[in-house]
Amino acid sequence: MTTVALKPATMAQALTRALRDAMAADPAVHVLGEDVGKLGGVFRVTDGLAKEFGEDRCTDTPLAEAGILGAAVGMAMYGLRPVVEMQFDAFAYPAFEQLVSHVSRMRNRTRGAIPLPITVRVPYGGGIGGVEHHSDSSEAYYMATPGLHVVTPATVADAYGLLRAAIASDDPVVFLEPKRLYWSKESWNPEEPPAVEPIGRAVVRRSGRSATLITYGPSVTVCLEAAEAARAEGWDLEVVDLRSLVPFDDETVCASVRRTGRAVVVHESGSFGGPGGEIAARVTERCFHHLEAPVLRVAGFDVPYPPPMLERHHLPGVDRILDAVGRLQWEAES
Amino acid sequence: MTVMEQRGAYRPTPPPAWQPRTDPAPLLPDPEPYRVLGTEAAARTDPELLLTLHAQLVRGRRYNAQATALTKQGRLAVYPSSTGQEACQVAAALALQERDWLFPSYRDTLAVVARGVDPVQALTLLRGDWHTGYDPYEHRVAPLSTPLATQLPHAVGLAHAARLKGDDVVALAMVGDGGTSEGDFHEALNFAAVWQAPVVFLVQNNGFAISVPLAKQTAAPSLAHKAVGYGMPGRLVDGNDAVAVHQVLADAVRHARAGGGPTLVEAVTYRIDAHTNADDATRYRGDTEVEAWRAHDPIMLLERELTGRGLLDEDGIRAVREDAEALAADLRARMNQDPVLDPMDLFAHVYAEPTPQLLEQRAQLSAELEAEREGAQ
Repeated sequence: MTTVALKPATMAQALTRALRDAMAADPAVHVLGEDVGKLGGVFRVTDGLAKEFGEDRCTDTPLAEAGILGAAVGMAMYGLRPVVEMQFDAFAYPAFEQLVSHVSRMRNRTRGAIPLPITVRVPYGGGIGGVEHHSDSSEAYYMATPGLHVVTPATVADAYGLLRAAIASDDPVVFLEPKRLYWSKESWNPEEPPAVEPIGRAVVRRSGRSATLITYGPSVTVCLEAAEAARAEGWDLEVVDLRSLVPFDDETVCASVRRTGRAVVVHESGSFGGPGGEIAARVTERCFHHLEAPVLRVAGFDVPYPPPMLERHHLPGVDRILDAVGRLQWEAES
Repeated sequence: MTVMEQRGAYRPTPPPAWQPRTDPAPLLPDPEPYRVLGTEAAARTDPELLLTLHAQLVRGRRYNAQATALTKQGRLAVYPSSTGQEACQVAAALALQERDWLFPSYRDTLAVVARGVDPVQALTLLRGDWHTGYDPYEHRVAPLSTPLATQLPHAVGLAHAARLKGDDVVALAMVGDGGTSEGDFHEALNFAAVWQAPVVFLVQNNGFAISVPLAKQTAAPSLAHKAVGYGMPGRLVDGNDAVAVHQVLADAVRHARAGGGPTLVEAVTYRIDAHTNADDATRYRGDTEVEAWRAHDPIMLLERELTGRGLLDEDGIRAVREDAEALAADLRARMNQDPVLDPMDLFAHVYAEPTPQLLEQRAQLSAELEAEREGAQ
């Protein structure tokens, strides 16, 4: 019997590995962005790529996000498969017009003649003590833009698999990387990286019978902690990790809610106009007769992202999640 | 020796890292727009090129007139005419080789047609039956871009990718004077210069961004001067002199193809018509100004040269006009047919594979159409 040598890897390392494997597998894959070359990106996700594949394949660009994404459009039109790095969530906003006016709709406006296989990597979310403009959760903007896929991993294995799938996709993918999970570790076999699944499937991270926590990205670990803590209250919580916000896996989510009869959506993004409203509506429309209580949302507050010394009061934590679970009208059962 | 002691001899030196990036002098545009027609250089121009340019200008003007008429008949949702700017439109298309790419803005339908795109397909956007009516890969013409200057970075990326692949392809990107104020103009020119991408930027300075004159758009000496700040050459050309525009663009294309990097060309021209059929130009400019530009008409300038040199006579002009009439008649006839629409196309090509959510919505529309059909029976 051969023993598999499992080694610890961080999410950042898994992302690097995914980029490297994608670049090795397909010469059309090009990485471009600010500081992605010699430095390896401010989070070191592109570490070593310029050295291994040359600066034409992993390119330090001028500091201009619209220019980076706009150039990626032209590169994709000429048959390349660009992977663009936006340095931080809030620094991706200058590229918003390119994303909305061109990237998302080029396939549609040209009747399929110009598909744009572009991956836009965006480190997002808070919890790392980042000062102003370094901690936004901007997924609702991207979700509201038809033509984009919006994907976010919560585990090291998914970081690899989803990024490979995003790069392989013939559609533009906004790949949201939870900053605070960059240094989270899992064991994996570096000889055989995790399987690549198509984009669009959610996964049940923890099975439970009492209620479903529907979440994604940085909030998945928080929900798993909350589920552990909830055992003391006698609640057995199920945790669904969406992985993909667009397309949305109604099937997995609704199957879970029909089993548990109660649901809380958890994310860092603000609740007003945030992803939770859409998710709660979808669940309610599809599972109304299985629901014992209204679908609740646990989210960041509807305030500009707070300064680092205050962010713990903003981010949804175990207590806020448990409080919501407690409000799921349990008395109706008795 | 202290600073006080060396005061007499002290000369400030630049900080260690500083060195001039590039010599600005060769990048500077000429003080006057470059002209060929009406100068001695005109005699040395190729008669074939002059005749081709002339025929295309006349076709272009007729196309503009026909398209504007189609808006009045309800056959086009809107038409931004390029009457007065035909020299820029035609020269842009003719300066390129087959393998090159054109990146037009919404006023550049003529350039798209001159490049070989079907005249009806070129109007799909403005007719409103779809967004882009032609296959961009067939004639290497990017979609007509409505958001200003946003297509310029695409041209840079495409040219850069071609160069990485070892193809000697050049991209020519068109923008207006108003578009030069957009951030994407700046970012595209900067990227192009840093990457030495084979791109030619053609700014048609037609005097107005809808109603706003150039004086409110920029304080630069000329738009061509902006090139210097990016480290690329700026060329200033009379945009109504088709021969001069063609020459300057062809030079820039050659320069780019040879690995010389990008060029910014400002063609000084004038929008004779209003912004679109929906605009009223009398609210912001006077007849005197328009008449002065009519006296510098691109077709007239070229005809003067051609007839003066005995290259074109009344019969020749008539033949060119008849050809343009045939183009207009064909356009009229085909545009007067109702386009075939399929509402289910709404869901085609949003993604390579429709999402489950779009499949549901597609089924909804399908049911609505079915109910409509039943109701009509």
